[in-house]
Amino acid sequence: MLDLTSVGIVIPKSVHFDKPLHLKSGAVLDSYDLMYETYGELNETKSNSVLICHALSSNHHVAGYYADDPKSIGWWDNMIGPGKPIDTRKFFVVGVNNLGGCHGSTGPASINAKTGKLYGAGFPMVTVQDWVAAQVQLANHLGIKQFAAIAGGSLGGMQALQWTLDFPDRVQHALVIAAASKLTAQNIAFNDVARQAIITDPDFYGGDYCSHDAVPRRGLRLARMLGHITYLSDHSMAEKFGRELRNGPLGFGFDVEFEIESYLRYQGDKFADQFDANTYLLMTKALDYFDPAHDSKGDLREAFSAAQADFLVLSFTTDWRFSPERSRAIVKALLDNELNVSYAEITSSYGHDSFLMEDRYYHELVRAYMNNIII
Amino acid sequence: MTNTTISSTISRPDFAAIAALVKAGAKVLDLGCGDGSLLRYLSDTRNVHGYGVEINDENIQACFNNGINVIQSDLESGLSSFESGSFDYVILSQTLQAMRHTEGLIKEMMRVSKEGIVSFPNFGYWKNRLQVMSGHMPVSEVLPYEWFDTPNIHLCTLSDFERFCRQYGVHILERRIMNGDHQISFAPNLLGKLAFYRFEQQK
Repeated sequence: MLDLTSVGIVIPKSVHFDKPLHLKSGAVLDSYDLMYETYGELNETKSNSVLICHALSSNHHVAGYYADDPKSIGWWDNMIGPGKPIDTRKFFVVGVNNLGGCHGSTGPASINAKTGKLYGAGFPMVTVQDWVAAQVQLANHLGIKQFAAIAGGSLGGMQALQWTLDFPDRVQHALVIAAASKLTAQNIAFNDVARQAIITDPDFYGGDYCSHDAVPRRGLRLARMLGHITYLSDHSMAEKFGRELRNGPLGFGFDVEFEIESYLRYQGDKFADQFDANTYLLMTKALDYFDPAHDSKGDLREAFSAAQADFLVLSFTTDWRFSPERSRAIVKALLDNELNVSYAEITSSYGHDSFLMEDRYYHELVRAYMNNIII
Repeated sequence: MTNTTISSTISRPDFAAIAALVKAGAKVLDLGCGDGSLLRYLSDTRNVHGYGVEINDENIQACFNNGINVIQSDLESGLSSFESGSFDYVILSQTLQAMRHTEGLIKEMMRVSKEGIVSFPNFGYWKNRLQVMSGHMPVSEVLPYEWFDTPNIHLCTLSDFERFCRQYGVHILERRIMNGDHQISFAPNLLGKLAFYRFEQQK
């Protein structure tokens, strides 16, 4: 059936930049490519663009589907499209794969032009600031001086925040969803267990698994399984899987027995087939490093004194990875700076993953907020 | 977050009464802001820079539609998101009577703002008294609930509120007692339907 609220068939594009990018770590990327998609039409005054920043493991394919695969639906397709909360009849929406990614933008699995070899483990560490700096180049390429809005969930929300600090005059509205102003020790701990799973996989070869024709599947799989547990809530897991057994009585062995085991292993396997291990390491590290209040000795109020944008901050009640409390800290810093901000705490049982789910209240809030944006 | 809705009994003359207490261009916090129409009105007529605080999901959505800043939060848990002295006015419009911790909230209002404004239905209004005399809890336009479904747990008269202010260090700066469009000056505790007070911390 034809879905009239889908942006339909989309075609990813790639853009090459020759201007060197000086990274936060001190490393320099002499040239790089960014993979992106766009939906809707850029208006004459170029005032209707919305940038969507992706979270840990997603990419530039935000909405619509590819002609050769109707099931290849973008990761935020329920949010973006004609008549959807971020309405492509009004807005020109841009999705981008971040640097270090493994879906077409330059990353560890790309060829280093200097050496003619794969970057592999030699790809420099990238931060949220570096991503934003690269996204600015994409904006310039598209002729966008100022985004009407920049939106993202989780790590994507952090990029939206970073934009308002680094390029305050280039973003009118920031939609910061299920995010935090920095990770807690517990969050960093989860990330490190995931990294250790990958790094200690014998097939990792210090990050040069490609030249050994290997893939650290076991590590990636474990990393994803662990991540997945933290994205769901206790409640949603209990509701979806409970203690259901796959096949009748207890087997008294270590094969898959409980439904939750089956689900996690499936998710782990799927991920290990699709995602690059070095990219996963880089992305989790970028999460760990994000802390805009670092230079102001933890004073978030001071950190946000540069911001000028209007903000929408949303959190979800069962999100224990980035809890509502973390969002409220962001809201307080924005209030302290007398910035326009609205905040809502959405009742949802899906944990951190809630930001990807279709929830009426959540979507109506985003719709109302986007409707009020003057372009 | 969800919670019981306090249906809006506030109307334009009441907005005007509050607007008359507010200086143009002020920074305003509206507690229990409902659908945000008071803040919208104050933004449009007094050019205030405002934020609303509200708990109910439907009201939050209405605030978004009204294009005002709103923070979803429970007033009963205090105003910890707001710095001391960060507002010119903090408004509690027809919400005082539904709050559990009245004293704590008034103190918090005086902490975050230079001045506070409260409005509430005067329980001492003669029609209310008459209904009690006839043996029933009052039900009216400004008190639209039955005793068993009312969110109003702390109803008071003008005299009660003023006594509260004396006891808790609240200095009343201005008082407007209204009945519809009319300002009441004679026997306000008997003839006034709605009360509006502007106050500050006793110095």
